[in-house]
Amino acid sequence: MSAVLQLKAVDVRFGRVTALSGIDLKLAAGERLALIGANGSGKSTLLRVLHGLVRPAAGSVLRDSAMRQAMVFQRPHMLRASALANVALGSWMAGTPWRQARESALLALSRVGLADVALRNARSLSGGQQQRLALARAWSLRPDVLLLDEPTASLDPHAKHDVEALMAEFAVGGMTLVFASHNLGQVKRLATRVVYLEQGRLMADLPVREFFDDRLLREASREADLFLKGELA
Amino acid sequence: MGRRAPSAYDAGRMNTFSDSAATALSLIAGFDPTLLAIVGRSLAVSASACAIACGLGLPLGAWLGVSRFAGRGAVLTLLNTLLALPSVVVGLVVYLLLSHSGPLGFLGWLFSFKAMVLAQSVLVLPVAAALARRAVEDAERSHGEQLASLGARAPLRGLLLAWDERYALLTVAIACFGRAIAEVGAVMIVGGNIDGFTRVMTTAIALETSKGDLPLAVALGLVLLLVVLALNAGIALVGRWRAALADAPLLVKAAEVAP
Repeated sequence: MSAVLQLKAVDVRFGRVTALSGIDLKLAAGERLALIGANGSGKSTLLRVLHGLVRPAAGSVLRDSAMRQAMVFQRPHMLRASALANVALGSWMAGTPWRQARESALLALSRVGLADVALRNARSLSGGQQQRLALARAWSLRPDVLLLDEPTASLDPHAKHDVEALMAEFAVGGMTLVFASHNLGQVKRLATRVVYLEQGRLMADLPVREFFDDRLLREASREADLFLKGELA
Repeated sequence: MGRRAPSAYDAGRMNTFSDSAATALSLIAGFDPTLLAIVGRSLAVSASACAIACGLGLPLGAWLGVSRFAGRGAVLTLLNTLLALPSVVVGLVVYLLLSHSGPLGFLGWLFSFKAMVLAQSVLVLPVAAALARRAVEDAERSHGEQLASLGARAPLRGLLLAWDERYALLTVAIACFGRAIAEVGAVMIVGGNIDGFTRVMTTAIALETSKGDLPLAVALGLVLLLVVLALNAGIALVGRWRAALADAPLLVKAAEVAP
């Protein structure tokens, strides 16, 4: 399979702090890649590099020029406007005329079950609804690759289930997913491949089943062992 | 220690103040035409200056809040310095610009309504720009990245964040109006305090006080205080309105969203 996104020896530094070091990663179309690791391991930075929000200090990021991508944040920010306008804005910024963007936004809201709150102030929606709204905003861009930074981290179990179900639906539709998560159960349910990061270094990159049976990683890193036991998650 | 007994001087002073206040209230209650003309002119000058300063300063501040360029630190330092610009200095500079031999002398604006609007615009422009810059920069730091992830480049991001912070910017606009209407130095220098033409509340207060005609000065002072009170009430209302709107459905016609 050809790579839609590829990182070659990527280093990221914030001042004197090295956030990522020597990252090599190839992402194929249709994959569901989970990024896991303790806090500060570099998951969010890696997602930002993949989305072009952070420029590497060294190394290169190669993208398929025809590929479209979108990103969903842990705490999505909605503008003080209707849910519909928030979703339409994404498409409008991507070059879609406003009227068409609103039609597409309504479709996206229906897709995530928020059509009935289309005219409500987006800021007045619950955390779970705002996260689904963020997914609608991303989905309305028709991305080939969707990046998600701990999309269910601050949600209650019901909202978490809704968001996971949507992610699974998107994946079935052929979308490539890259998501950061601390939830190992979610990783097992959704991912086809797992990348484990530790202090900015890529320690393991394996298919999901192999990853959770990987004794070598647990033996090589006490942090990985603790993480996989759920003690750092 | 016992309290000093009121002297004849104190009694006279109290009388002067209470008499002036009573006359002032009767001027206000009777809608005195001179008083109304001065108040109307003051409001018109300051509202025009505020509109111009906010029209230019808010977008400038929004742009400064999201842009990064060499020398930005120096620009921000200069902008913050201009916040403390004395109004008489602004008046002097605008006077020199508009004077017959100045670069803008051909406009013939000196000692006119336009000159006063220009001077107050120059005075409050840095206030609008600096406060808008702060509001938008804070918003950019907090969630600018999410707009950038949708493809919004700096100028568009600045406008979107300014729109998102519109209630904060409304407070900035009210603060600008307050600064404009309360200043005396700039309008005195470029307006000339001409009766019936460029006399505004602050210049009239200064003049009437120096002439010893305290009732009109006190009446204008009371009106000025009421205007400032109304501005503060406006700021408080904006805050409450903002809190109330956070949970209110938006007023958008349902027909507009039908596919």
